[in-house]
Amino acid sequence: MRTSPSIAAVALAIVAFLTAFLVIPVVTVVYTAFSDGQGGFTLAHFAAFAGISLMRESFANSLFVAATTVGLATLIAVPLAYLTVRFQFRGAILIQTLGVLPLVMPAFVGAAAMQLLFGRSGSVNLLLKDAFGVTIPLMEGLNGVIFVETLHYFPFILLNLSASLANIDSSMEEAAQNLGASGWRLFRKVVFPLAMPGYIAGASLVFIKVFDDLGTPLVLNVTNMLAPQAYLRVTSIGMEDPIGYVICVILVAFSVGAMGGSWWFVKRRDYALVSRGGVQAPKRRLTPWQSVLAYGWIAGMLFLVLSPHIGILLMSLSKVWSFTVLPEQFTLAHYATVFTDAKQMIWNTFLYCGLAALIDVAIGTAIAYIVLRTALPGRQLLDHLVTVALAMPGLVLGIGYLRTFKGVDLPFGGGALTASWVIFVLAYSVRRLPYALRSCMAALTQVHPALEEAAQNVGAGRWSTIRRVVVPLMMGGILAGFVTSFITAAAEISETILLTSRESLAPMSYGIYLYFQSVLGRGPGAALGVIAVSLVALGTYLSHRLVAASSPHQSSGGHA
Amino acid sequence: MKTPVARALALAFACLPFAVLADTVTVVTSFPKELTAAYKKAYEAKYPNDKLEILNKNTAAGIAYVREQAAGSRPEVFWASAPDAFEVLSGAKLLQKIGPGNPAIPAKVGNYPVNDPEGFYRGQALAGYGLMWNTRYLKANNLPEPKEWADLVKPAYFGHLAISSPSRSGTTHLTVETILQGEGWNTGWEHLLAICANSAAITERSFGVPDGVSNGQFGIGLVIDFFGLAAKNSGMPVEFVYPSQTAIVPANIALIDGAKSSEGGKRFIEFTLSEEGQTLLLDPKISRLPVLPSIYAKAPAGYPNPFGGSIQAKVNFDSTLSESRYYVVVSLFDQMVTFRHKELAAAMKAVIEADKRLAGRKSAQLDEARKLVLTPVVDEKMAADKQLLALFKAKKTDVDASKAKAKVEEEWATKAKANYAKAIELANGAK
Repeated sequence: MRTSPSIAAVALAIVAFLTAFLVIPVVTVVYTAFSDGQGGFTLAHFAAFAGISLMRESFANSLFVAATTVGLATLIAVPLAYLTVRFQFRGAILIQTLGVLPLVMPAFVGAAAMQLLFGRSGSVNLLLKDAFGVTIPLMEGLNGVIFVETLHYFPFILLNLSASLANIDSSMEEAAQNLGASGWRLFRKVVFPLAMPGYIAGASLVFIKVFDDLGTPLVLNVTNMLAPQAYLRVTSIGMEDPIGYVICVILVAFSVGAMGGSWWFVKRRDYALVSRGGVQAPKRRLTPWQSVLAYGWIAGMLFLVLSPHIGILLMSLSKVWSFTVLPEQFTLAHYATVFTDAKQMIWNTFLYCGLAALIDVAIGTAIAYIVLRTALPGRQLLDHLVTVALAMPGLVLGIGYLRTFKGVDLPFGGGALTASWVIFVLAYSVRRLPYALRSCMAALTQVHPALEEAAQNVGAGRWSTIRRVVVPLMMGGILAGFVTSFITAAAEISETILLTSRESLAPMSYGIYLYFQSVLGRGPGAALGVIAVSLVALGTYLSHRLVAASSPHQSSGGHA
Repeated sequence: MKTPVARALALAFACLPFAVLADTVTVVTSFPKELTAAYKKAYEAKYPNDKLEILNKNTAAGIAYVREQAAGSRPEVFWASAPDAFEVLSGAKLLQKIGPGNPAIPAKVGNYPVNDPEGFYRGQALAGYGLMWNTRYLKANNLPEPKEWADLVKPAYFGHLAISSPSRSGTTHLTVETILQGEGWNTGWEHLLAICANSAAITERSFGVPDGVSNGQFGIGLVIDFFGLAAKNSGMPVEFVYPSQTAIVPANIALIDGAKSSEGGKRFIEFTLSEEGQTLLLDPKISRLPVLPSIYAKAPAGYPNPFGGSIQAKVNFDSTLSESRYYVVVSLFDQMVTFRHKELAAAMKAVIEADKRLAGRKSAQLDEARKLVLTPVVDEKMAADKQLLALFKAKKTDVDASKAKAKVEEEWATKAKANYAKAIELANGAK
């Protein structure tokens, strides 16, 4: 396949886009952290950071919270993953539900509800106090952040680990069993090490997400962590404060480190099994006792995982909920308030996320095609650039945008770029591009090149082949990518808080955050949250359906 | 592919959040959405050609925001509670003189001028500071209802209070200054530190306190009146009182210099001070005190009236003093309380437990411990030190000054931490 100049032009355009809206903002942030203001290099800002005890404490807290969350998420996810993959078990559908439910609710939305359920005078503690005279400080300080984030992010480990476990060839386990290993020892020595790549991928993702999260600590009123400190420094001291940039560099370093580390870990050892594509391990039956344990564990988890959803729904419907286990008066007024006052925000979400997702699938399709179907030199660079976006914390990108594009005006008198809606579309599209790209790549892999060759043999040019053969065949994957980009952008809060300069520009996620900033705004905030969650849930369902619907193509395309 | 995309884009552009309008009035405010939504609705109904844009930021972030905008693209109006924020803005030449407004608005409430004497900002509503509590929480925990700040220092309230941090909330800064001015530097700090030590949390924004009290996470909170009154008037099981050592100060509104459409900004300011704009304050969800005395005739029975003597305001708030030491007070509070709250509370707990153990017996060692917890690490003389004040007011870009400032802050933090640790040791060993 030869490379046409037009393909090269598209590739260059994509590189230019990513350079302008991903590389330069991040480089600006890093540069500012190391710059002495006169163009020289300095480590003084890092020294200043290390000299402030609050910063040292925030750093330690962020590490502690992220590490503890990974630990607790592992405790929840490992048994669930093992159960689904290794046992004949009717609860598997429940576990799958468990794996998706938390992801449809942005962590910071759930956090507000968790306060009312598990807080100092939350439902659970009121019941405990009545019954046993004790309370559990689940939501106090860092505990609250860990608790909320664990429940939100454990699915990342669950999903990755399940996939990894399912791929282990049963012969490995049989060999171990023949050598006398069984039970816990078999799991620890053979199964878990073999599933390690999936676990590491999930765990590093959880670590990064928690380490970078801004919305949850802010809603829970925890500020002695790195991300909130960066936000506070930049908003209240000003864009010139170097400490904010130092924190950003640390966030980036950890993100890149965790992702690079997980990649290195997997590469370092050969996890490939000799008998690839072999038989999956036979599923065992649970003994009655094991069943009780398994269902008990699942039921408990389901209760915990559902609690933010139930909590937010109750909040959105309650008139007064104070110092009681459940709200005592119900009302629909909050929904009415939201539909009169926050229409603009709902519309903004559709506008920003829709446009961003559109950009994402367009770029994603183009990159997938260039990487998989052309011989353009350096084409892998595109893929790598997009992967960089995956490792960039939203907070860092947001601060980078504000700094880089300060004073940049939109053409045609559109005003400052940073004060316009365009900035949201750009920020969302850059950060969600990796998701769309994965979908598009997967979709294109499943289209057999022979189909394109056939089209070209009957006289179709490259562009019409792409338009009339490749894109239609990829449609399922493209749509799934669109939906994933859309819903993850709709739930985004870190960048959103930073980039929202006016209320009329705010998307729903900011609206929820804003409503949560006043006593009487809890109800409308929760109502808006319920709307957002329904939207995301619907989107998730749609994308699953789309992927499922496009599966038949896979086999026919693959074997064609 | 092209046509649907193009159509979608065209549709998107047609419905952009900004369209060409007569005047867009951008208001930077720390006020909650209930209040801004009501004003937006009423104002846009009255001036259909104008569009009101709300930028919700806490006071400190609001000042930083206005400061960072270039002249010509600044927002039009700054609207917030803390008078010192307006002093900071007018000191930085960021406000435009608007002169006195509606003549029916009195010049003074108590001894405090309602409008800025220099004409840079005007009082738009009045606010007093007080105590808000959750009636169910107090009942469940068998706690008496408080009346004065000084009540809150009692050991019974340990772990039941909440306060915000003055560095994050302009209104909390006013509360802190009110206490410091009303009771003097030393007694004021003693009470403040005891209140903070009794607090379950030092919340991030001032709203965190009324929010926590409303939903029962905290028993009692130190809040600005409308938080308490609005929650109460909306049916929450809460009560609110003004202690006698309170100050009534105006929440202000000002026209920002270098804004895009000053005319629109002025129009909005006049609207908020008109009969109509003032009446909006009585909405149960807003529950603020109007500056226009005639409005109180429309208020429901029992509505506090600062012009009618229903609030005693014994403290004559000195905003010059408050502004001069703003950064020092705020930073001192952060270093001793906000960032060291865990240690402070632990020290207080040790003192309370030692007190119980000794069952009323006098112990010099315990007194010493208590003193260590409740003495500010900076005395009144030092807090008025010109050099120190100048250091804290220096520009952020002045590297030496910010280094020196960081060093001073670190000293305070270290000293506070050491004091709390020592206090625990002394209290535990007290016989």
